[in-house]
Amino acid sequence: MTACHDVDAGAVTVAGIRRVALVGSPNAGKTSVFNHLTGLRAKTGNYPGVTVGRSVGTTSVDGVAVAVEDLPGTYSLDPISPDERVVTDLLTGKYPDIDRPDAVVLIADSTTLRRSITLIGQVLRLDLPCLLTLTMGDELTSRGGRIDVEALSTALGVPVLAVVGHHGSGINGLRARLASFDQWQRPPILPPSDQQAIDAWGQSVLDAADYVAPQPDQRTRRIDRVLLHPLWGTVIFFAVMFWFFQVLFTAAAPLRDGIARGLTYLGTQVAEHIGNPIIRGLLSQGIIGGVGTVLQFIPQIVLLFLLLAFLENIGYMSRAAFLMDRVMAMTGLEGRAFVAMLSSVACAIPGIMATRTLPSSRDRIATIVTAPLMTCSARLPVYTLLIGLLVTSQTRWWGLSAQGVTMFLLYLGGGMSALIAALLVKSTVLRGDLLPFTMELPPYRLPSPQAMLAAMWSAAKVFLRKAGTIILATSLVLWALLNLPVREEETRGLSSTDSTAYVMNHSYAADVGKAIAPVFTPLGFDWRTDVALLGSLSAREVFVSTLGQVSAATDPDHPRQALTTMTDDHGQRVFTAPTVIALMIYFMFALQCMSTIAVMRRETNSWRWPAFAFSYMFVLAWVMAFAARTIAVGLGA
Amino acid sequence: MATSSQRAHDQSGSVVVLAQLPPGGRATVVGTAPQATSALASRLNQLGFRPKAQVDVIRRAPLGDPTIYRVQDTELCLRRREAQLIEVVPEPG
Repeated sequence: MTACHDVDAGAVTVAGIRRVALVGSPNAGKTSVFNHLTGLRAKTGNYPGVTVGRSVGTTSVDGVAVAVEDLPGTYSLDPISPDERVVTDLLTGKYPDIDRPDAVVLIADSTTLRRSITLIGQVLRLDLPCLLTLTMGDELTSRGGRIDVEALSTALGVPVLAVVGHHGSGINGLRARLASFDQWQRPPILPPSDQQAIDAWGQSVLDAADYVAPQPDQRTRRIDRVLLHPLWGTVIFFAVMFWFFQVLFTAAAPLRDGIARGLTYLGTQVAEHIGNPIIRGLLSQGIIGGVGTVLQFIPQIVLLFLLLAFLENIGYMSRAAFLMDRVMAMTGLEGRAFVAMLSSVACAIPGIMATRTLPSSRDRIATIVTAPLMTCSARLPVYTLLIGLLVTSQTRWWGLSAQGVTMFLLYLGGGMSALIAALLVKSTVLRGDLLPFTMELPPYRLPSPQAMLAAMWSAAKVFLRKAGTIILATSLVLWALLNLPVREEETRGLSSTDSTAYVMNHSYAADVGKAIAPVFTPLGFDWRTDVALLGSLSAREVFVSTLGQVSAATDPDHPRQALTTMTDDHGQRVFTAPTVIALMIYFMFALQCMSTIAVMRRETNSWRWPAFAFSYMFVLAWVMAFAARTIAVGLGA
Repeated sequence: MATSSQRAHDQSGSVVVLAQLPPGGRATVVGTAPQATSALASRLNQLGFRPKAQVDVIRRAPLGDPTIYRVQDTELCLRRREAQLIEVVPEPG
């Protein structure tokens, strides 16, 4: 722990500490071994310059700290994608600013050894101290396969250990040997480099180890017969997704409300005990409000990652991706992107974080920059207010509630635009995927609680540390803009709603609102709407309360009445039907959420993609809102 | 694997592409089609679609694509587009 620093810049370890890298193909059980070795103390970040996650942890062997790095899963050291190049470059010492590791622990699934023997051969050729760890030995035996671990070690010329990553058995044996890598046995002859020769070498090694490949897993076959059945499989898929979404959307809500209530209580306490109005406001609204914004996301993120880890570890995630791939292929993405898109209906932040399951970084970025178009739950209060201004609850269209129909159209519009945007992004800026869509369907396995906890913990930690700070900072800036300068003199004797309205209408935010007014005038927004738009950058739902405050509504959280009669400087009604429609369309497309931008920055490791997403969504929102308003005016609305 | 590939060779059946095989079918890989890019060919090779490897067609997705194959003790899915670039000799039966 002491030897670790923040890894964002790639500087991970202090000089002198021994470094061991874990190498293996995807699904080999590498991450499970890593978690058992390092506990929950792993540091996560990105490799410099690429959107590839990096995890480094430490483990202690007889009091000596050893840094363990979990390299991305790879099938081969002949890299095809930029993501795979990371592994090869790092192991050959070509990665800028990161030294070659001192030793390699190879992780191989003993049930698929015939395939991974090539990777083993390639890694041995690196001529680093190397130790092979075989996982899933229990499964190999139960499915009628076998291997002689001693003989394999003799044939390869390196130590071989068997672990069951699942239960963590054998991990202590592995840990005990980590520090003494200079005493590991080294192969007398390195494997050949030529493709054909390495195949023959692999075959002879496996023959020497008396390897018998396992039979297909009958339990998996039986489960798949139901879960991938054209009819039942589809029904179960929708049930699982509905359940997933339901938990994310509703189970997180009480926790979220609890956090909000606790913070409100804290805010009132502060307000009662602090005399100075600036410090009072800053503490009770700025800081507590900002921390609140960050904390409110935690239940959703923790739940999402718990559910994702469960579905992933049990083996269902790849089945869901298999079922949905045909649909996602229309957008240029693949089946695994579906879950991220679906999560974004609750909130784009867990959605963006869920893209980590996508192996291609192009797909990951394409999903990240389009997922915020999905209608997230923060848009709901905004839409509810705007719909209330547009149609009454009694209005019926084709026998249906007009408010319901409008809300449905807004959700549909969000979903469609996300998919269309993904298609456009994938066929322009992120064109030319080198890799085909290939996905393994591992046997169904009972997930280990530790794996799920580790996934949950690391997600929450990353969110709090990396995105939380940015979100808190923007919340503070927005609070200052909306509440400063202090107008104690002017508001003396005014009611509290009037004084809030006065402060906001004469705040720095008002100056900004007036300055950017020309941009939004064509959409029919007046400068007070622009102030509320500015406020909504901290979270979209803040639009409602900010608008309530600037319009001096008696109940700022339900400002419909005050807004209906609100007039601009020329005495014209502000919220006419075309303007309300323009606002709805604007919110459908605009990336009006600093938290999302912060998470995008965290996940793509650069400001480029958040800037791109913010710009294209703003242009899209403006143009579409203008078009919608023009049409509405033309139709005489 | 050795015996089945020998059978396939002995019988020197006609070469088709993997995408043409129905679920339940079994075939032996001959190689990748010439129009496959080198990146794609090596990825398929890494996944186990190597010459002489035996492939089982397990099932298709409800919407017709992709398809699950079993090759070198793993089950994985490929889209039709990629399966059209893998040349195989089907086994009778």
